[in-house]
Amino acid sequence: MNEMTTIARTTTLKDWETDQEVRWCPGCGDYAILKAVQRTLPDIGAVPENTVFVSGIGCSSRFPYYMESYGFHTIHGRAPAFATGLKLANPELDVWIVTGDGDGLSIGGNHTMHLIRRNLDCQIMLFNNEIYGLTKGQYSPTSRVGTTSPSTPYGSVDRPAQPAAFALGAGARFVARGFDVSKELPNVLKAAHAHKGAAFIEIFQNCIVYNKDVFEDFAAPKGAEDRQLWLKQGEPMLFAKGMKGIALDNQALTLKVVDVVDGDWQAAGVIVHDVTNRSVAHMLVEMRFGEFPMALGVLYDDPRPTFEADVWRQNKAASEGKTADLQSLLKKGQTWTVAEGGPEL
Amino acid sequence: MATAVADEAGKRQSPLSDAVVVRFAGDSGDGMQLTGGQFTLSSALAGNDFATFPDFPAEIRAPQGTLFGVSAFQINFGSSSIDTAGDAPDVLVAMNPAALKTNVGNLKIGGLIIADEGEFNDRNLAKAKYESNPLDDGSLAKWQLLKLNISQLTMDAVKPFGLGNKEALRCKNMWTLGLALWMFDRDRQPLIDWLNAKFAKAPELAAANVAALNAGHAYGETAELAGPLKQHHVDPAPVAPGLYRTLTGAEGIALGLVAGAQLAELPMFFGGYPITPASAILHHLSRLKEYDVTTFQAEDEIAAICSAIGASYGGSLGVTSSSGPGIALKGEAMGLAIMTELPLVIVNSQRGGPSTGLPTKTEQSDLYQAVYGRNGDAPMPVIAARSPGDAFECAIEACRIAVQYMTPVMLLTDGYIANAAEPWAVPDLTAYEAFPVEFLTEVPEGGFKPYSRDEKLARPWVKPGTPNLLHRIGGIEKEVDTGHLNYAPANHQAMTDLRKAKIDGIKVADQIVELGAEGGKLAVVGWGSTFGPIHQAVRRKRAEGVDVSHIHIRHIWPLPANLSALLKSYDKVIVPEMNTGQLKTVLRDQYLVDAKPVNKVSGQPFTIAEIESAIEEALG
Repeated sequence: MNEMTTIARTTTLKDWETDQEVRWCPGCGDYAILKAVQRTLPDIGAVPENTVFVSGIGCSSRFPYYMESYGFHTIHGRAPAFATGLKLANPELDVWIVTGDGDGLSIGGNHTMHLIRRNLDCQIMLFNNEIYGLTKGQYSPTSRVGTTSPSTPYGSVDRPAQPAAFALGAGARFVARGFDVSKELPNVLKAAHAHKGAAFIEIFQNCIVYNKDVFEDFAAPKGAEDRQLWLKQGEPMLFAKGMKGIALDNQALTLKVVDVVDGDWQAAGVIVHDVTNRSVAHMLVEMRFGEFPMALGVLYDDPRPTFEADVWRQNKAASEGKTADLQSLLKKGQTWTVAEGGPEL
Repeated sequence: MATAVADEAGKRQSPLSDAVVVRFAGDSGDGMQLTGGQFTLSSALAGNDFATFPDFPAEIRAPQGTLFGVSAFQINFGSSSIDTAGDAPDVLVAMNPAALKTNVGNLKIGGLIIADEGEFNDRNLAKAKYESNPLDDGSLAKWQLLKLNISQLTMDAVKPFGLGNKEALRCKNMWTLGLALWMFDRDRQPLIDWLNAKFAKAPELAAANVAALNAGHAYGETAELAGPLKQHHVDPAPVAPGLYRTLTGAEGIALGLVAGAQLAELPMFFGGYPITPASAILHHLSRLKEYDVTTFQAEDEIAAICSAIGASYGGSLGVTSSSGPGIALKGEAMGLAIMTELPLVIVNSQRGGPSTGLPTKTEQSDLYQAVYGRNGDAPMPVIAARSPGDAFECAIEACRIAVQYMTPVMLLTDGYIANAAEPWAVPDLTAYEAFPVEFLTEVPEGGFKPYSRDEKLARPWVKPGTPNLLHRIGGIEKEVDTGHLNYAPANHQAMTDLRKAKIDGIKVADQIVELGAEGGKLAVVGWGSTFGPIHQAVRRKRAEGVDVSHIHIRHIWPLPANLSALLKSYDKVIVPEMNTGQLKTVLRDQYLVDAKPVNKVSGQPFTIAEIESAIEEALG
């Protein structure tokens, strides 16, 4: 984000739309995410010319072409590296990385990890559809065991990566979750943008062609109350219309679901969400859906100094009191002068 | 300019030898003469490819650490024709400050000093009458300096043999010799045999000495230390009046890149990842922050180039650097820089390949990779430096082409240039023409088109953050002018043609003849670090009256416009290269000339004699 040069300017959703034909499949979850982003940017006072969307390769990575801002559709898995160079060159730009489960966790997992540990100030939107869409439906690093696909006709055997747990493990200072059609998604995006540093957002996204409704078990509107835990700073972790909550099992040091009787969540030991509590965050990102509801919203948010700010600070400090006189640099060290007739030390 | 200096210098030079002279100097108490003396006397080693020269003080046991107590022995690796005693050492091993002080004056400019920093303490410095530590105060700038705690490393190596401190430290020379043997690719076996024979009655001493020798050798191998290779480059003995300093290839590249960025009036962003022998460029640049240089040690080679492209997109001059294996990893990103037409400089310090190959040895086998090594029709300019000083000029040229033509440029050096040091006439920067970049900041007449082109066919460079010029770029084929996604057949043809025409149209200086005449019986065509041996061989043959000329190509791609006619003005063309014939292929392809390959792929530079033989053979 950009505090130094952003002059609050009013934009509307329309201002963020390009004249390009959107080429996602009809009904793709990406449309909803695109709209959520276009709806969020005016609300946070984003300025189009200072905003850059950087993406890798895959369905999600077409995103920059549809945003009326600066955009760089790069190569597979490498968006974080491009963003790092861009942000070091100009820390005042507001950089959004758009990636997917294959792009950001498989071919580009290494870059995702290092961007997060360095804490580059940007938003990383990882569209997780648990499948390779653009290459026509192979299973991905987040696909569940047993996913049948053209490359796994007998079902996949490898265990899936957990994006939010990966990010936190890499040292993330902001981890959030949302899903494509959720009305809460803009709020999650706003929180990510407000966080100074690398903000990692896992967005569950429905691939209607190759992995249709794979998130319906928690994302379907019907019964959502029982299956979604929307985390809010300072509020108890309640779901199922306040009838259930998340508490700490003091013996096992794990989370557990507890019944809340007569609204007395305190008596049930329900935890109050503190976004700066890293220990609880580790438990939230590991919380298994099924036994637990799906943890959504801002799971963790505790900023630290950013990479580009530290680099610029060091560059400035190291330059202090020195002049950039290249001619004198060329002469640095021991030199000797040659007069007519031969060397003279 | 460099050529003129080399020519003048060359005429006054005696024939170069193939030998490397290493001088070990230490305290007379270090037990060095014992070893040196035994070497000389040892008939076991007579006739072997090294000879020694003992040089010890008159005092039987001079006070420790003093200047007059220094004793030395010198080894000549290589041919036996050299006058050992008279030759200046290429390498000086200084076991203490006094040894450094008394011997460094004889060391060739640009030679290597290996110093046991463990002995450079206040007491020994005072005894040697040093006011400050020469290892730290920059006074050794004329030479290359390698500081190692040899005492400690030797103690560690011989620990298992239970020697006393004093005896253990006596193995220092063997440790150092082991390191030197690694650097010069010498066989350890004759020394091991000699040590075993010498210490036959004290097997633990033999074992300790062999262990020290092996440890020194292993240190060189593990640390990927490259030795100053045999001195086949033309020593441009500084005869042109002016101010001189020594310059390594890595320094030449680093300083040239800084100069290039200044001439372009841009901040520089350097994304790198450690790799031998390219890391030195990253090391140099990371100390130059006041020159508006940002360095970034990335998580891998791919991130290094991608971050550099990201920085170029943001308005910096993006630079990345590596060696063959790393360059291979960067290939896809180079294609993106070509597609998005962003400036970028890629430095490849070539080493022996394929795969990991020979990390510390020199080779020129990445020319195909540079010219052709990307998917799709992906033309990219390629420049090759011939020497450390030339690397400075080539780096500036690479920056100029990158920003003026909005293209990635590859700059080739090799392990030999990267590590070699040569005397360098400090250039006057005001003599260089600036090429300031003008970013597009406003909508031009007729509207903004991200892929519109100027007379050089370069597209406009727009920094994100610029109002009214919002646009998107990426690796998918672009529509002519607008830059929108476009897969149409005619458009792809047009864009492919445009990308090719832009690179083909890059204006490079006409090819000159380095030595000899335009036209004649034979041209010896080289590129890169083979300049020295080719130049000397051609000079010698010309002195014998042979009609032969030397052409040395800097611009590998696009080639100079006059090169076709120039090559065709000779009856015969030979192309010596440290590969299996890569430039030869390019020349044949481009000009249908019968260029004959002369190849050497041993990790070692050509000798002058080898080029002379090739000339004789070509002329039958």
